[in-house]
Amino acid sequence: MAHRIIQAGDSRSFPAAHAFLIGAIANGDIHVYIGARVGEAFTRSTNRDQCTAHLVELGDECLGVHTGEARGNEGSNVLGFARFRMGSAEPSNLIELVKQPQTSPAALVACKALFELFGFKVAVCSDVPGRIVNRLIRPYLNAALRRLDERLASAGDLDATLKMGLGYPEGPIALLERTGLAAHFDVTQALYEWTGDAAFAPARRARVAKLRGAAQG
Amino acid sequence: MSEIKTVGIAGAGTMGAGIAIVTARAGFRTLLYDTNARQLERARDQQAGFFTSSVKRNKLTQAEVDRIMADLVPTTRLEDLVACDLVIEAVFEDLGVKHQLFAALNRVCPAHTIFASNTSTISITEIAGGTGRDDRFVGMHFCLPAQLMKLVEMSPGMNTKPDVFDAAWQFCAALGQKPVRTQDSPGFVLNYFLIPFNNDAIRMVEAGIAEPADIDLAIKTAMGYAMGPMELLDLIGMDTQVLLCAAMHGLTHEPRATCPALVKRMIAAGRLGRKSGRGFFQYERDAMFGA
Ligand SMILES: NC(=O)c1ccc[n+]([C@@H]2O[C@H](COP(=O)([O-])OP(=O)(O)OC[C@H]3O[C@@H](n4cnc5c(N)ncnc54)[C@H](O)[C@@H]3O)[C@@H](O)[C@H]2O)c1
Repeated sequence: MAHRIIQAGDSRSFPAAHAFLIGAIANGDIHVYIGARVGEAFTRSTNRDQCTAHLVELGDECLGVHTGEARGNEGSNVLGFARFRMGSAEPSNLIELVKQPQTSPAALVACKALFELFGFKVAVCSDVPGRIVNRLIRPYLNAALRRLDERLASAGDLDATLKMGLGYPEGPIALLERTGLAAHFDVTQALYEWTGDAAFAPARRARVAKLRGAAQG
Repeated sequence: MSEIKTVGIAGAGTMGAGIAIVTARAGFRTLLYDTNARQLERARDQQAGFFTSSVKRNKLTQAEVDRIMADLVPTTRLEDLVACDLVIEAVFEDLGVKHQLFAALNRVCPAHTIFASNTSTISITEIAGGTGRDDRFVGMHFCLPAQLMKLVEMSPGMNTKPDVFDAAWQFCAALGQKPVRTQDSPGFVLNYFLIPFNNDAIRMVEAGIAEPADIDLAIKTAMGYAMGPMELLDLIGMDTQVLLCAAMHGLTHEPRATCPALVKRMIAAGRLGRKSGRGFFQYERDAMFGA
């Protein structure tokens, strides 16, 4: 199994040199589209059935935006993926691998094996906004910001309680400060638009950070 | 006020069994009370297993374990709690059950005995209101697994006397735990965040978005959490989760606190979590976490 990289703009998953990029070859039979303009690059691709699989790097969008959807029967040898990353932090070692209802099992197995070969942990999920991690942690981070406004506890106590009580390496407030409240705004705003779910609506403090960032250029 | 020497733990389930380890290990004579003798036997086996690992890992000597196990006395007789200076309640998360227990304890225990509840979601002031001694009542919320986790959220009720709260706080520190003061607000800090978070994870399984193992792997890898939500839920137990949700949603009316239907189906299918050998995952043995 070998892969070929088709880069179209800056990639959030691979912002710097990485063994996964270096290990690619020109005639690899899994085509990996990365970068901010993957949509255009993927649209231009032809003879897609001749490859084992295609992997499209996703941002906040669903894979269906690139592949099209068909009454819940969509799916082929095209999968989506993203390497999870909190705001300005380094990308994590997690690959969220996105499948559709009729995704080819062989393509799924091949893509999972490819990422695992390069040392990634791979979690498979269906094509939903927020995939696994953002879907779970953004409402929690929003709630922490709201409860801070309501003075349930101080920022330090809130963080300390969640760290000690749940074994989290970092409390929610410190995590958002480290990785960027404005970035949290961007993700939650996108998820809120996709889902209409109030749990994703950006918290006041995230909106303030976003507006301040914009005002300060 | 007399010094705390003897402690009662009411309820020998997931939490009570662990809290009893903490109190006995810290040198307090501990009476573990449950109405169900089988629960006491199960707790005893788990505690013995836990301390065997502690000796193996050189955390305790066999002599220390012998002393601790001798200090840890199981009982099904409520009257035995007459000897207690402080009683920590860890029975079902149900206001009626807790009121009934505390009313009985109020008749049995001496006037100086402090009552504490390990409730996760019920208001401390509301529980205290049905005990006959709301001035000697505190919230003392240990975390799961109690034998390993240091944090205790401590909350006074509206009528708790400051010196009683202080005494309970000192006792908590003497256990080697780390008390933090929280308001008597639904779910305190931890459960306010945890219950909806876990429900969201269950809804993800329910909607077929991802397998439990993938959810845990994703959260642990991305966030560095020690445990994924699905394995944590198996430890909490579906029967407890349903009660936690009912209590939390009843107080906050937040949509994310409503119990997903899947939890009720899992309970009906006997998939309670670790305690029944199967929840989101399958388990081979009923051992406790840690050493
Ligand atoms: N499981 C958790 O994650 C967790 C964490 C922190 C706090 N809590 C709280 O701790 C309490 C206990 O939870 P658990 O998970 O250990 O429950 P559990 O169901 O595992 O155990 C409850 C035990 O209480 C006993 N019991 C019931 N009624 C009784 C009575 N009237 N007198 C004596 N014993 C009685 C039962 O026989 C059972 O052994 C609840 O208030 C819960 O909210 C639970």
